[in-house]
Amino acid sequence: MTSEVIRVSGHIIDSLILPKILDEIMDLNGTFEILHIAIGTRKTDPSQARLRVSAASARHLEQILQRLSRLGAVREAAQDARLRRAPRDGVFPADFYSTTNLPTDVRVRGRWRTVERIEMDCGIVVAASGRARCTPFADVRKGDRVVCGADGVRVSPLERGRSPQVFQFMGSAVSSEKPKLQLIYRLAEEMRAVRRARRKILVVAGPAVIHTAGGPYLERLIRAGFVNVLFAGNGLATHDIESALFGTSLGVRLDHGVAAQDGHDHHMRAINAIRACGGIRQAVRRRVLRRGIMHACVVRRVPFVLGGSVRDDGPLPDVVTDTLEAQTLMRRRLHGVALALMVGSTLHAIATGNLLPATVRTVCVDINPAVVTKLADRGTFQGIGIVSDAEAFLRELCRALRV
Amino acid sequence: MCRPTHYAISYEINPWMSLARQAHPARARAQWQRLHDVLARALRLRIRLLPPSPGVPDLVFTANAGLVAGRTLIRSNFRYPQRQREQPLVERYFRKAGYRIVRLPARYDFEGEGDALWFGRTLVFGFRFRSDEPVHELLASHLGARVLPVELADRRFYHLDTCFCPLDERSALWYPRAFDRYGRRVIEHVVPNPIAVSQADALQFACNAIVLGRAVVAHAGLSPGLRRRLARRGFTVYPVDLSEFLKAGGAAKCLVLRLSPPP
Repeated sequence: MTSEVIRVSGHIIDSLILPKILDEIMDLNGTFEILHIAIGTRKTDPSQARLRVSAASARHLEQILQRLSRLGAVREAAQDARLRRAPRDGVFPADFYSTTNLPTDVRVRGRWRTVERIEMDCGIVVAASGRARCTPFADVRKGDRVVCGADGVRVSPLERGRSPQVFQFMGSAVSSEKPKLQLIYRLAEEMRAVRRARRKILVVAGPAVIHTAGGPYLERLIRAGFVNVLFAGNGLATHDIESALFGTSLGVRLDHGVAAQDGHDHHMRAINAIRACGGIRQAVRRRVLRRGIMHACVVRRVPFVLGGSVRDDGPLPDVVTDTLEAQTLMRRRLHGVALALMVGSTLHAIATGNLLPATVRTVCVDINPAVVTKLADRGTFQGIGIVSDAEAFLRELCRALRV
Repeated sequence: MCRPTHYAISYEINPWMSLARQAHPARARAQWQRLHDVLARALRLRIRLLPPSPGVPDLVFTANAGLVAGRTLIRSNFRYPQRQREQPLVERYFRKAGYRIVRLPARYDFEGEGDALWFGRTLVFGFRFRSDEPVHELLASHLGARVLPVELADRRFYHLDTCFCPLDERSALWYPRAFDRYGRRVIEHVVPNPIAVSQADALQFACNAIVLGRAVVAHAGLSPGLRRRLARRGFTVYPVDLSEFLKAGGAAKCLVLRLSPPP
């Protein structure tokens, strides 16, 4: 739904111009809200009205407004966005406009421009060409022109589709008491649709995937081409490699579910083996690593970003330990993503949720309802939470996708 | 008025004009002279003449030059570039004659008395084909009067003065189908006794008449029925053959601009 405020004035009551405008809006399937009306007291006094006109799409709104302009309605002197120079590298002007993850336009020199790569909690930098780009703190440079205040900024709330869509089943409150199988089957349909549309599926996975022995299912998804980008941390990669090299995850045998003798150091030996090779890709090339999720990513050329954290063991050489750099890499990989699947990961799921525009559909799977709720509360829209064990979810998803 | 010395069909900017259907210059001059004589002799009007000029064939339709209020001319902003060339000539003439000139913002079109007609103390203002709606508010503030914009709906009646003609304080001729339903309701509300003309009369420019008291000067094509209806209401019709000017989409009213309010 997009809207714009218009103003009509003059002898609009006696001449039926105002009722005509309202009728026209309705005839053209738009809606209106009268924000203000002042009716002249004498016949010669002009009257004034301000209306908010809304329509399903920007194009539709444009059609309505063009028709209304013939009836003398003028768009409220839409102001250009106020631009101020960034005072220093990494610092926005004091009153910078802080973004949401909803589709946003800014008005620059009389023209509405869509903000590129919208993401929440950033600023908007307008280039000399007029292009507007969502920019995080780290990327702002001294002298960049930054949108300040809310004038000339237009945020479009997401609309719920009128026709029943695949994702309509999503967006209800998180609950563990829901039939999961149905959701998983419909998610599988959605994943197929995304793949058909040549858009990307992002998977954010935590080590729980490996601990619960869900690794082989994720590996299958990757090999079947249902994963286009993988975000994870040191934990997932380490335990995946541990399971590939030793058959254990954190020392627990994945086939029997019992602790292996001296298994506590398996993950350290796994890290050491990869460090010795110089990285995961090199380990795959030298046939040190021959199975598992990371192996599948390398073989299938699925790009992955491993973001580091303070408590990491090792870490693996592929882990990006500079968090800002990790953010930048993640952002770069988000281009074209239409569906994000977050499984068994709290920190990476929230980190990714923060980077995603609201238009990307998000599925968060966790055994802990709090994680799922937390993601929704942070403003990740168009999402659904599935409270489930990671392995059980991935197993059923593989079955639904027949991989 | 302006002599049709250079009058011709040189372009097509309304459905009436056709380059294939040229006006006959001598006949046009004779018809115009006849109209002039009826107004000057029979009705004893004082007529001022705007000097004709080559390259502006439609200058004869002086009603579109602007709207006169006292010693002020609200100058037209013509929609078509072909007629925009008339603007400086009109402005120069009125300035010399001592009028104050009001220019409207260039982004709005306004074609003078062609689209603005007084009915009592209310100015009825036609918009869409030649004038823009927002002008009504500017006119209202300049004139200090109620200005009612009505949307025109039929391209053949592109100016208000081709489909609406105030007769006296209670009645007016009009062709209802030239307006949309809102415009019709407005006119029915403002005019106590509107006299609807038939399509045939409307196409003979019956509404494009000059009204002076009880005298109605109109193109000779009026139907006997309409003449009788006007006669019954006490109006005397002065028919003048203006067929050469109909070819350009104008008739009696289009050929004159009122400089002073009716007596």
